[in-house]
Amino acid sequence: MGRAFLAVVARDLRLAGRIGGSGALSLVFFLMIVALVPFGLGPDLNLLARIGPGILWIAAVLATLIGLDRLFQADEEDGSLDLLSGAPAPLELLVLAKVTAHWLTTGLPLALATPLFGLLVALSPAGMAATSLTLLVGTPALTFIGAVGAALTASIRRGGLILAVVVLPLMVPTLIFGVSAAEAALGGTVPFTTPLAILGALSLAAGVVGTLAAAAALRWGE
Amino acid sequence: MRLIAEDLACRRSGRRLFSGLSFTLKAGEALTVTGRNGAGKSSLLAILAGRLRPEAGRLTAEAVGERTIPECLHVVGHRDGLKGALTAEENLAFARDLLGAADLAPRAALARLGLAHAAGLPVAYLSAGQRRRVALARLLVCRRPLWLLDEPTAALDVASQAALAGLMRAHLAEGGLVIAATHQALELEAARELSVEAFRPTRSDVAADPFAEAV
Repeated sequence: MGRAFLAVVARDLRLAGRIGGSGALSLVFFLMIVALVPFGLGPDLNLLARIGPGILWIAAVLATLIGLDRLFQADEEDGSLDLLSGAPAPLELLVLAKVTAHWLTTGLPLALATPLFGLLVALSPAGMAATSLTLLVGTPALTFIGAVGAALTASIRRGGLILAVVVLPLMVPTLIFGVSAAEAALGGTVPFTTPLAILGALSLAAGVVGTLAAAAALRWGE
Repeated sequence: MRLIAEDLACRRSGRRLFSGLSFTLKAGEALTVTGRNGAGKSSLLAILAGRLRPEAGRLTAEAVGERTIPECLHVVGHRDGLKGALTAEENLAFARDLLGAADLAPRAALARLGLAHAAGLPVAYLSAGQRRRVALARLLVCRRPLWLLDEPTAALDVASQAALAGLMRAHLAEGGLVIAATHQALELEAARELSVEAFRPTRSDVAADPFAEAV
């Protein structure tokens, strides 16, 4: 069973590496949004530093959507999904494997690139570290929530926009606690760990609920 | 393994394709499903594979232990489940790890289908017939008793069709089951034939069922 899990993770990582695409694309998209904001708001460094964590988080939420529509759709189109559902391992485990691989290629690079992109919005070193940490803890929640939408729209052609409309509202709590944790690190009355712990809890809960819901949606869609 | 289908009925987009379809397939037996285009051959195979719910009827498997029917079968159909960016060998190695009950090594399975030279090529570069042969090689990397083949000879050249017939004979000799939907004769002497069209609802059935839509 662990062998099947690792096989799916390895295959998806290999595919992502070979085709390229969504991982690098979402990183560039992330950079685009973060780079556009200073142009839109003007070069007020104090203002940018204050809203910096919020900008990075909104950019991360939007960048997570890139490539999410192909998460299950590509497998649905070429019949790989039928292969997965015929495996002795439960579909939930294989969905977990696919989402894990997707997070490793999209969510993790976002969190790791945040210190660099924080420069564009004049974040202090402490702010960069805090935002990066909150993204590391919070992006799994975004990916798992998105996976439910991806599973629901797997058999819909051009379902990307529907996917965004379905999952973005569900990502709001993660965004709220992510930004408030990052801002707590920059000063304020709330200790940094309180919102961060809630963010971690959101990721863990999304991991369980998202996996079960996505597998159920795939079964139902068959 | 023994596969028993009782009174299967199938309705797709409001139109009933067949009803009252029953058969029993024992170990070492082959069944060819025939019928004109759109008669419901692929739908029957999808029902057998557990990918489509039958409108009525029951499907049971005996002597398979704890496994469910989808875990006992291989499907080779139009959507081959191969990733174009991965090599033939990588695709088969993935299927082997995923499906369990490993049998032949990927390279050995490809060699059996005459594709040893293509093992390291990405599947996207292969021709339709070669792709089909890679999908057929999946039958050999994991041991599963029931083979569901949808138009297995499509795009295959004469030599590959003969190789496929040889594989099916060997599988049947080992006590496997083969169900193939096909228009062409499969060179299997012992294969029984099931015509889906024989189970098409007749006019009188339609009249007797007030909820049935006009065919």
